[in-house]
Amino acid sequence: MRTPKSYRFSFVLILLALLLAWLLNISSGSVTIPFSATLSSLLGKPVDVASWQYIIWEYRIPKAFTAILVGGGLSLSGLLMQTLFRNPLAGPFVLGISSGASLGAALLLMGTSLLTGLTSIAFLSDISLAIAASVGSFLVLLVVMLVAQRIKDTMALLIIGLMFGSITSALVSVLAYFSSAESLQRFIFWSFGSVGDLTSGQVFLLAGIVLLGTLLSILSIKALNAFLLGENYALSLGVSLKKSRLLIIIATGLLAGGITAFAGPIAFVGLAVPHLTRQIFDTMEHRILIPAVFLYGAILMMLCDTLAQLPNTANVLPINAITSLVGAPVVIWLLVRKRKMMF
Amino acid sequence: MFEQKNSIIAVKELTVGYGLKVVARNINLDLEPGILCGIVGVNGVGKSTLLRTLANFQPKLAGTIEIQNKLLEKHSPSELAQKLSVVLTEQPASKNLTVQELIALGRQPYTNWIGTLTSTDKEHIQKSMDAFLLEKLRHNKCHELSDGQLQRVLIARAMAQDTSLILLDEPTTHLDLYHKVQILKLLQQLAHQNEKTIIFTTHEIDLAIQLCDKILILDGDTNPFGDPCELIEQKHFERLFPSEMVQFDAKTGSFKVNK
Repeated sequence: MRTPKSYRFSFVLILLALLLAWLLNISSGSVTIPFSATLSSLLGKPVDVASWQYIIWEYRIPKAFTAILVGGGLSLSGLLMQTLFRNPLAGPFVLGISSGASLGAALLLMGTSLLTGLTSIAFLSDISLAIAASVGSFLVLLVVMLVAQRIKDTMALLIIGLMFGSITSALVSVLAYFSSAESLQRFIFWSFGSVGDLTSGQVFLLAGIVLLGTLLSILSIKALNAFLLGENYALSLGVSLKKSRLLIIIATGLLAGGITAFAGPIAFVGLAVPHLTRQIFDTMEHRILIPAVFLYGAILMMLCDTLAQLPNTANVLPINAITSLVGAPVVIWLLVRKRKMMF
Repeated sequence: MFEQKNSIIAVKELTVGYGLKVVARNINLDLEPGILCGIVGVNGVGKSTLLRTLANFQPKLAGTIEIQNKLLEKHSPSELAQKLSVVLTEQPASKNLTVQELIALGRQPYTNWIGTLTSTDKEHIQKSMDAFLLEKLRHNKCHELSDGQLQRVLIARAMAQDTSLILLDEPTTHLDLYHKVQILKLLQQLAHQNEKTIIFTTHEIDLAIQLCDKILILDGDTNPFGDPCELIEQKHFERLFPSEMVQFDAKTGSFKVNK
């Protein structure tokens, strides 16, 4: 017989893992900094080389913080989508929400120069990129939601999400064909995904967006739990369907859209992390799952970023490739081992 | 002296359907606390539509529905959730919930904004689990349960919601005779011992005659409602099916196939 676990111990473990992943993440990079120097710099002690201090505080710590926001936020958006669409394979990438954000970003990065003939896009503010990507993902999310209302079949929903992905990537290709080399390069670099290229202003903005999305998710905890029974049961439990659904969609759009705007389209984190989390936290209670999924996603993202940095070399791999290389086998493994993915 | 009527649900001249399409009309019923009421009728006559309308999942087309002397449509969602609970034919969306977690969801109308269970909530959950013989299964996942066990869990969830009215859509389909009787006996016990008014749709007319306090026969015409014995005396069951195929035996209260 299964006994209910207290998850306090698991939370302590996962917090420790977060701390370790964080230390690992900030102690590795293109410049080799001894671990002892990293530690003493963190503790505010003087360091042998002055530039190390600068690298750690001005580059690596903001980057690790961004990785926490990106990994946690994307995983949380995946959890919200899996519950909302009652589908274990839902996630920001699968349902075309990341593609929507890409289209929004592409229209801004490449479309504006096309339309207005301006070659410089330097004046485009960070906020406009965030808004464009969020609006793009939000629109796709709304359309997918409308389709999901008519089609009860969960497989059909995923296929529609994939089709949206195809449509948006086709539109992006058309845009790319007509745009200047400079803006195309900017878009390509954006689409590789990165957590290291953000200015401090962008990091604060991203933190605000992720915080807002997380707060909205926390406010939706009761509704999310009721949705586990299905919408009719949720209605009979006094959940106001329209309001809760809208709240969850806004939270998802903010998280997936905002993050994609700043860090690029990062694959598989949103889909895989909720399932990985349930291997440790064997519950469906969102009061436990929301913090657990956020922390797990943050850890995974920092580890992926550490790998992408290719320790001790100047090369940085696209993080999107790393998350796919890690995430896709995880999903396959879960499907094969568990036979049926549960949500 | 004018006596205040102690009515849990009163339905008058109700018409149900979808948009312009009328499925059933002229439905009347009135139930007091602690009554087990079955709704019987042939396939497609509108049993589920009626139940969905009573549960406020779809608007009625005409007539009135009063829950504890207040019109159904005047209730806010949270107010209604404390008066009326449902057990549907659809399976729970996530079968990864444990029995205890699923039953605990029945307490949602009473918990705070984040869903913290108080000691009262836990008492209700425990009582519901005991009443439906689920103590040993409490930490099992729903996908590990048999159909009969899952049905008991879903009814226990409705009981934990602690409403004076419980609506069930075909709670005995897909079950063998033993489990059909078990579920209906438990429902009868819940109605009589806990003063719950229970309405369920069913195809088990002979079991309903034996166990229900009231029966509503949906026949698409007058929709007779009353005690099972009265309905037998008035020969309403005879008219339910074409007599050349099956005949109702008033003595045993069951149907016989014509050979």
